[in-house]
Amino acid sequence: MTIVLTETDAFDFDARGAAEGLVLSAADAETAIGWTLKPEGMCRDDLCVPMPQSAGNVDVAAFWRKLGHPVASSGGVWSLGTGVAARQASLAGLQAPDFVLADLAGRSHRLSDLRGKKVFLSTWASW
Amino acid sequence: MVVAVAEDSRGAEAARPWIEAANPTYWSLIDPSHRVAALYGMVNVPQAVWIDEAGVMVRPPETAGSTDHFRGMDLATRTLAPDAAKARIAARVAYMDAVRAWARTGAHALPGDAARAALPALNPDIAMAHAEFRLGVWLRNAGRPEEAAVALAEASRLHPDSWNMWRQAADLEQVGKSGGPEFWARVAALGERAYYPPPALPGF
Repeated sequence: MTIVLTETDAFDFDARGAAEGLVLSAADAETAIGWTLKPEGMCRDDLCVPMPQSAGNVDVAAFWRKLGHPVASSGGVWSLGTGVAARQASLAGLQAPDFVLADLAGRSHRLSDLRGKKVFLSTWASW
Repeated sequence: MVVAVAEDSRGAEAARPWIEAANPTYWSLIDPSHRVAALYGMVNVPQAVWIDEAGVMVRPPETAGSTDHFRGMDLATRTLAPDAAKARIAARVAYMDAVRAWARTGAHALPGDAARAALPALNPDIAMAHAEFRLGVWLRNAGRPEEAAVALAEASRLHPDSWNMWRQAADLEQVGKSGGPEFWARVAALGERAYYPPPALPGF
């Protein structure tokens, strides 16, 4: 079992090979992080980042770190975070970062659907 | 429009009694992985962000009406001195007045440069802390509490200013621990530093 956690999703993949690291098939890698394995490396839109590959598999954790993002793991569970540069760039633009969360009834709500209204976004907790 | 987000890794059932009591007409959302805190660089609750009609943050995350008066609480009786109790309520009223003034007239909205200057300071340790926290919450929900505790402790070690991370981890370990003796010791260790940094608004 190999679990990949992104900020919004959790995936259960078959890891490839016995190597350390998060070695996934190109298809699983694309599902998890949206980058496509090509002969020239990992690609998204017009951008390709050189990346070692073997038999169509790629170490997604190594790639993620190469992009400057944090990776935490424990016993086959991999958490792919967002690097400080990406986060700072997002905040410095002052556009409110978007998210989708569910209410008590399980209905999903997207922050950006409130565009056109002022939004008072406040957090609380039961603890 | 109000959007209330419960930073509750125990999920909807932990938040349900409060939400049902409030019976809100606004969005009341559950955020088990503390995604909103990660996205906005929040470290405590309640923190709020004011977002204008164009989706622009006109006040980045700041304390939403709470104050440090609780630090003077008599822990035996769990009461505040009358003047502190009064000041605490006055601050809450002042904050809500400011929110209403903004909603009506746009008052207190910060210009871009000032909003940017008020953004939370981030660093690589904080980024890693959020990845560890996400891992810890998942492991906890998957029935792997020992591994979860390691990841959650690492998150707090990397991001010691996050009360959200420390208190949520304490709560997951044992309900009530987030407000127990260890919590009060951590608050005391702040010394002159604020637990709830006051917002730069009238009345604070």
